[in-house]
Amino acid sequence: MTNLHKNLRKKKFNLFTKKSRTYESRLNRKHSLFKMRAGPIITVLLGSIITTLPFFTNLPLLPPFGFMIFIAWRFMRPGIWPMWVGLPFGIFDDIFSGAPFGSAVLIWSIAMLVAEYIDSRIIWRDYLLDWIIASLFIAIYLTLNLLFIGLIQPLPNPLIILPQILFSILLYPLVVRFCAHVDAWRLRQ
Amino acid sequence: MAPPKNRRPGFSRKAQYSIFATYVLAIAGAIIGALLLLISILDPKGFSALRMAGAEATAPIGRFFNSVRRTAVNSSENMSHYWDAASKNKALDSKVNQLEREVIALKASKLENERLKSLMKISTENDIKIVTVGRFLSTSASSGRKIAVLSVDSTNNLKAGQPVRSKDGLIGRITETGLTTARVLLLTDTGNVVPVTRLSDGLPAFATGQADGSLTIRPLNLGENPFSNGDILITSGNGGLYPPNIPVATIVDKINDSGKAMPIADPATTDYSMVLEIYEPEARELLQEIVEEADTEEEGAL
Repeated sequence: MTNLHKNLRKKKFNLFTKKSRTYESRLNRKHSLFKMRAGPIITVLLGSIITTLPFFTNLPLLPPFGFMIFIAWRFMRPGIWPMWVGLPFGIFDDIFSGAPFGSAVLIWSIAMLVAEYIDSRIIWRDYLLDWIIASLFIAIYLTLNLLFIGLIQPLPNPLIILPQILFSILLYPLVVRFCAHVDAWRLRQ
Repeated sequence: MAPPKNRRPGFSRKAQYSIFATYVLAIAGAIIGALLLLISILDPKGFSALRMAGAEATAPIGRFFNSVRRTAVNSSENMSHYWDAASKNKALDSKVNQLEREVIALKASKLENERLKSLMKISTENDIKIVTVGRFLSTSASSGRKIAVLSVDSTNNLKAGQPVRSKDGLIGRITETGLTTARVLLLTDTGNVVPVTRLSDGLPAFATGQADGSLTIRPLNLGENPFSNGDILITSGNGGLYPPNIPVATIVDKINDSGKAMPIADPATTDYSMVLEIYEPEARELLQEIVEEADTEEEGAL
C-alpha cells in the first residue's frame, strides 16, 4: 500500500473522504450536554482559583485569569451564558481574589452589559480588534479593582498594576487559544 | 465572529420581553455586586466565613504545590552551594572567626546589661508565647492587596490580630481564621501600619505597606529625614499588638521626609512561620475602646 492509502486509512486526509463529521450530530451519538455546558464554566472557575497556587510576588503580577477566560468565552461564543452570569462567577472569584468582596460581581456584571453593547456596535470583528477590546477590558478591570481597594484602606500607588496589565494583555491570546481548544473538545463527539 | 441570531427578535413581543428581561437581570446582578461591595467597605470582615470556606477547600492544592515548589527551590540551592566552593569556604572561615570574637563581646555586654537592669530593678522578662507554627500556602498575587493564606494544624487558639513572624522577622498579622488555615495581612499591605523603632538609637517611626513589596517608614517627629541606607528597624511594642524587638525592615532609600524600606522576612522563602500571642491584649483592648469612643463622638459631632 502506498503512503497515501495508509493516511487515508488513518483518516488523516479528508481530501477524498467525506467531510469531517467530528462536530456533527449522528445517529445514536448524542453530544454530552454536561460536557458542552460544564466545559466553559469549569475553565472560568479554575482561572479564579489559580490564586491558591503558591505564587509569592511583591507586585501584583498574576494576571486575573478568571476574568480573562470569562471575557475570552464571551467574545468567542456570544450567547454562551445568560446575562446574569456575572453574579455567580463574580462571587466565586471574590472568594479567592483577595479583593474587597463584591468587586468582581460588580465588574463582571457590567462587563457582560458592555460586551453586549459592543456586539451591537462593532458587529464584524477580527482577531486583532477582539484583542484590543479585551485589552481595554483587562486594563479597566484591574484599575477598578485597585480603586475598590482604595475604598477600604489607603490606595496603593496606581503604577504598581502597570506590569500586571501589560502581562495580562500579552497573555490574552494564549487564553483565547486555550478556550478555543476547550471549545473544540466540548463540541466533539 | 458572526453576531448571534437571537438578538434581533423582530415583531415577536415575547422574544422582545425575554431579551429585555435578560438586561434587567444583568443590571440587577451589577446592583447586587455594588451592594456586596458596600457591605464589605462598611464591614471588611463581613464575608470572612465564605472566604475561609474557599481557603479551606483549596488548601490541599496549595499544600501539594508548595511541597513541590520547596523541593525545587531546595535542590537548586543545594546545587549552587557547590559552585565556587573553595573560595566560599575560605571567606566563610574568616567570617566565622570574626563573628566568634563578636559573640564573646556580645555575651559580655549582655551579662553587664542584665546586671545593670537588676540594679535598677527593671523587669524585662516577658516571654513571647508562640501560639502555633504554620506554612504559607499562597498570596493574593493578582490583587493589589497583600494577603497570604497560612496553613496550620489547627486554629483553636488563633485570633484575629495575632502577629506572624518567621525566623528572620515580622511578616504580618492574622485577620481571619478558618479550620486549618488563616489569612494573614502582610506587612506590605497598605492597610498594615506597624510601630517600629530604629535599632541603633530607638528612633520611633511607623512602617506602612506600599503594596509593591516595600514599606514607607515615617518618623514620629517630622522634619529632617533622619534615615540613612542600611538602618535596621524593629518593632517597638507600642500599641500592644506586636511584641518588641522583632526585625521588620531595612532602609534602602530616602523619599522626602520618610524612608523606603524592604522587609527583612519574605513569606516566599520562609519555611515555617510562627504565630505569636498578642503582646499586651489588655492595652490593645483599651486602645481600641478609646478609638471607638472617639469615632462615635466624631459621628455625633457630624
